[in-house]
Amino acid sequence: MSAARRERALVRPHVVTGGRARPTRNIFDLVTLVMAARSDLNGLNPEKRRVLELCRGGALSVAEVAGHLSLPISVTKVLLSDLVDSGHIVTRVGGTDDGETSTRLLQEVLDGLRARL
Amino acid sequence: MDSALVSDGTYVRDTVRTSVKLLIVGHFAVGKTTLVGTLSEIRPLRTEERMTQAGALIDDLAGVPGKETTTVAMDFGRLTLSEELVLYLFGTPGQHRFTQLWHDLSRGALGALVLADTRRLEQSFDIMGFLEEQKLRYAVAINQFDGAPAFAEEELREALDLLPSTPLIFCDARDRTSSTRALITLVEYLIAVQNGSIREF
Repeated sequence: MSAARRERALVRPHVVTGGRARPTRNIFDLVTLVMAARSDLNGLNPEKRRVLELCRGGALSVAEVAGHLSLPISVTKVLLSDLVDSGHIVTRVGGTDDGETSTRLLQEVLDGLRARL
Repeated sequence: MDSALVSDGTYVRDTVRTSVKLLIVGHFAVGKTTLVGTLSEIRPLRTEERMTQAGALIDDLAGVPGKETTTVAMDFGRLTLSEELVLYLFGTPGQHRFTQLWHDLSRGALGALVLADTRRLEQSFDIMGFLEEQKLRYAVAINQFDGAPAFAEEELREALDLLPSTPLIFCDARDRTSSTRALITLVEYLIAVQNGSIREF
């Protein structure tokens, strides 16, 4: 591990997630929106507290949670998954599923982009 | 931290019901981060992920002392397109094959905008090939750098070996209108393919 990495990673990812590399549930797309459902921080480790404190302000995507907290996406998903299990976090909307995107949704994207010109 | 984040529009509006993503893909220094920054309503965010394949990817890391090439960085931003819809743009080198991060990026993505530079067109070949393997639909946008050679569209199509149906656009990643138009061209193409009015391959 280089000096630069040591400075950045205060806690190694597997410590943050309790040794797990995979979330307990695979419900998180990068753009799944999450928000806090409970505000009590009792019993949460420091990283989960940080996630919950951030998510108390409103909805953010999984990627934004990772970006704001300078955590890898993989670690963020494990933390969020645990917080969903414990009832602290709820997902608001998902990203699009693996299936075909509807033309209607694409049209809404197009309309939104055109309105920005 | 929280109160500042609330007041500066960090959070997604309460009315939003759907979130979608487009990928901005291209080689090192082609302007991905610039384009994401130009269009995003939030200060673009960056996440870093450790790579499982050592040396498989080096992007946007040159000149940053002490950075390990086993870490991949990804920049992203957000556009609220309506009361109910947000679009995320993920800037990625698109070469991290077989990794969880690429799976996360490509799963559910509407499509991709490939940014290219006329001084280094050959560096885009791999990326386009990769997107085709992944069956991710894309348009190509030439990011027009000052002083870069200008070619006619037909020359570029030939040089990039584009299918007749693949859109080719010229853009300036620093310019909001120009970058928005590039995304519009991509989404128009995605709709046309979906409707069957353009044959894909």
